[in-house]
Amino acid sequence: MKVTQDFVRRLPDSRDHFARQQGLWQRIHIDPILLLLLLMLTCFGLVVLYSASGQSEAMVKRQFVFFSIAYIAMFVVAQLDMQMVRRWSPWLYVFGIILLILVFYIGVGAKGAQRWISLGVVRFQPSEVMKIAVPIVTAAYFSTRSLPPKFREIIVSLFIIVLPAILIFKQPDLGTAILISASGLIVLFLAGLPWRYIIGTLMLIGASVWPMWHWVMKDYQKQRVLTLLDPEADRLGAGWNIIQSKTAIGSGGLQGKGLLNGTQSQLDFLPESHTDFIIAVMAEELGLIGVSILMALYLLVIARGLHIAWTSQNTFNRLLAGSITLTFFVYVFVNIGMVAGMLPVVGVPLPLVSLGGTSIVTLMTGFGVLMAIATEKKKVVV
Amino acid sequence: MIWAQKELHEFKDHRREARVFGVRAVLALMFVVFMFGLLFARYYKLQVVDYHDYVTRSDRNRIHVRPVPPNRGLIYDSRGELLADNRPTFTLSIVSERSANLEQTLDFIAGLIELSDSDRDSFKKRLRQKRRPFEAVPLRYRLTEEEISRIAVNEFRLEGVEIEAQLMRYYPKGDLFAHTVGYVGRISESELSNFDELTYERYSGTHSIGKVGLEKYYESKLLGSVGSENIETNAHGRVLRTLESVDPVPGEDLQLFLDTHLQQVASDALAGRRGALVAIDVATGGVLAMVSAPTYDPNLFVNGISFKDYRALNDSPDLPLFNRTIQGQYPPGSTIKPVLGLAGLHTQTVNFATRIVDPGYYQLENDERFYRDWKKGGHGRKVDLRQAIVESCDTFFYGMAFRMGVDKIHPFGAMFGLGTRTRIDLPSERPGLWPSREWKQHVRGLHWFPGDSLNISIGQGDVLTTPLQLAVMTATLASRGTHLKPRLVRKVGDRETKREVVDQIEADPAYWDYVISAMEGVVHSPRGTAHRIGRGVDYHMAGKTGTAQVVGIAQDEEYDAEKLDERQWDHALYIGFAPVEAPQIAAAIIVENGEHGSSAAAPIARKLFDAYFEWVAPVKPQK
Repeated sequence: MKVTQDFVRRLPDSRDHFARQQGLWQRIHIDPILLLLLLMLTCFGLVVLYSASGQSEAMVKRQFVFFSIAYIAMFVVAQLDMQMVRRWSPWLYVFGIILLILVFYIGVGAKGAQRWISLGVVRFQPSEVMKIAVPIVTAAYFSTRSLPPKFREIIVSLFIIVLPAILIFKQPDLGTAILISASGLIVLFLAGLPWRYIIGTLMLIGASVWPMWHWVMKDYQKQRVLTLLDPEADRLGAGWNIIQSKTAIGSGGLQGKGLLNGTQSQLDFLPESHTDFIIAVMAEELGLIGVSILMALYLLVIARGLHIAWTSQNTFNRLLAGSITLTFFVYVFVNIGMVAGMLPVVGVPLPLVSLGGTSIVTLMTGFGVLMAIATEKKKVVV
Repeated sequence: MIWAQKELHEFKDHRREARVFGVRAVLALMFVVFMFGLLFARYYKLQVVDYHDYVTRSDRNRIHVRPVPPNRGLIYDSRGELLADNRPTFTLSIVSERSANLEQTLDFIAGLIELSDSDRDSFKKRLRQKRRPFEAVPLRYRLTEEEISRIAVNEFRLEGVEIEAQLMRYYPKGDLFAHTVGYVGRISESELSNFDELTYERYSGTHSIGKVGLEKYYESKLLGSVGSENIETNAHGRVLRTLESVDPVPGEDLQLFLDTHLQQVASDALAGRRGALVAIDVATGGVLAMVSAPTYDPNLFVNGISFKDYRALNDSPDLPLFNRTIQGQYPPGSTIKPVLGLAGLHTQTVNFATRIVDPGYYQLENDERFYRDWKKGGHGRKVDLRQAIVESCDTFFYGMAFRMGVDKIHPFGAMFGLGTRTRIDLPSERPGLWPSREWKQHVRGLHWFPGDSLNISIGQGDVLTTPLQLAVMTATLASRGTHLKPRLVRKVGDRETKREVVDQIEADPAYWDYVISAMEGVVHSPRGTAHRIGRGVDYHMAGKTGTAQVVGIAQDEEYDAEKLDERQWDHALYIGFAPVEAPQIAAAIIVENGEHGSSAAAPIARKLFDAYFEWVAPVKPQK
């Protein structure tokens, strides 16, 4: 029995009387609230980047170009039919896995890691594909199952999630591997993973800390954790970043030293000030007030994303929208927490603020998916 | 698709799924809000609770205090001529972090300016030493103007190459004032380890310290006090700007009594000899000229003397580094006879009418030994004190000393400063030796013999004086008993140094007149030992020649210069002052192995006095 157009009918919707007003946004598949929030974040990000890059106009222009491309990507993705996306998702996933395997053979590297495939002018990071592919394929998988998932389905979904994560971990890129796993696990959680599994897993993780530390983790990874616990122990090495970024944040105080007046960042004490550690620049120059505004913007974006997920009308859309939103949160949390010395330093940029083309395009593609979901005609599949 | 076929084969409970999702989404949102709360708490802790800690840390991070060394005080002669100057010197340094190819840069520099292998080696040694990133490492010191311009022209090709200006001590008169002004040198490890904390602080940023001479004695005045600069640096230690600064206080200038012209005349007169000259302003005790010959160029020491240069100076048998004026201890010979004569009169051992017969020797009772006069056959049958001084008759003094005894001779000589340091403002002065009964008992463990008194009466035996002591003694004679502390420095900053009376010798003015007149006779009477320098002079001077034995002459031998090595020849001495009527300048001169005071030393005094009256204090021609 195939679902045909006959079985789809409009439900009486309490928001029907807004339909006419929202007609334009609906037609161009843009969620105006989310767009506004993203634009605000983007502008905020450009200003902070201008300061963090040592007032480099070239860098800001570059970032502006990235944003333009990313907004276009978002707009294009927002036009996609989610059911089509759902059907094509396995192929996207397979394509991504092949690219990840290819990285080991034809990949190019930097700083001891092999993460990119060179396409002539552009270098392309296959793990970015997986950031989108994993939640989509996991959501698609659960959308065809009756929820909450059964044990066998959980095992299958875990396999789907863990395979790319292992490949990425081998590059090695622990941060991305964790984030991609998280995006899949969030789908699993939202799909109704039974609490007994959640609690059981948490207990298992707790028990495996010791063997992980001794058998699995590499020295540089251990070093990051140790540094987190005691940054002063390695003042000039790994601890330097944390000490300097905490100093930058702390010395900013409530109101900050004023834009472009951050001594820590402007005098090069802060490493990677325009990429991963950019929030330290902001905290120093705009103070706790600036940080709070930024956090509020992120929180609003996340709330809007969850609202879109909540109001979407089918399981696939719900799970995918929820996963994209919560993964976005994980990015935000890991970066802000890492710079403040709460989490180990893993290479995670601050979403939409740090300099970086791929990360912005990937994120905005995700928001494109959210918009596609938000503006999909409300349908009920019987 | 593995799961596509199953699509819709099972009945999906959409309501239930939506409800499950709704619960999870709400939980997730609560979790998100909670985690944002954690983040906020963390930033609140850093930015509000611990704010002050981090501000301090941030300031400490970027602000460094850099010492600004003060300019060292300058040293001028009495007419304001510079004797010690600070000159900018230029140092070529390289910031290796900014140089793309260090070897290539070094080779390129070697093509532009002279760059020795040792320059390169020590540069590389310095490069390996612990230092901050972006710190300039010196490659070549003391660039010439030409070298600077060669570097400047090629600047665009010399990435990371810097030329720094520093003030360095320079002695424009070269070797002329080496022994008085002295020199500064790099602070040595041992000096550094002797610094207490406060001193260490005072010297921060300063690389040199006074090593000898006035530079050492007045170190604390010349040094000044260090300033500081709060400078903002980036993480690489590169200086970005100066935030605030405390200016250093330059050291105080010194103005001396020394006169470059007199010094030059005296130095020329002694040129090629070993010897010393000290001239003192009778009224003030100020030292007008002070020469120790041979001398050396103090500029060699300022930036670290080369091993070769130092060995040449240190190993020279002429001892150029030795300051003879305050460290050379010589028997004064007959130059102390005026003091002994005055003592004889004062103690009434002799009077103006005392006359002796001089057969050319003196003999003590119950003593086989002959105390010889320098003149074979003696000075005649009626030698009085005046003649004894004018002709330098030893026999007269032997007899007088024997009668007077050491216990009267010693205190009188001591009042003129013999045997004690003059406390001149120079380091490392030696005290000389003016023997007494106690001294001999204490140091030698022997009783005083009458013969010892005879020996000291002609400035031989154990008597040792420095040229400076002789000059002070002469000035004391000239001023008729006012024994002043000698001093080189007239002004420290704008404060005059004080005239200090060490002793006031109270003796009958008639005795002074008598002795001084006898000393005038040394120069101006035809039989005076220094009468040759009195010819054609338009002022009157008083003097006394001296000859000091360097080697003992056996009883049955006679001094014969031709049999002796040049370095065993007698030292020639002369003391004198002028003008006799109102003495202004007093001087003592010693020419090592010069044989006769009259021929070797006295003419130097004449040149000095002539220059003094022509240049410093012209006097009206005497009749």
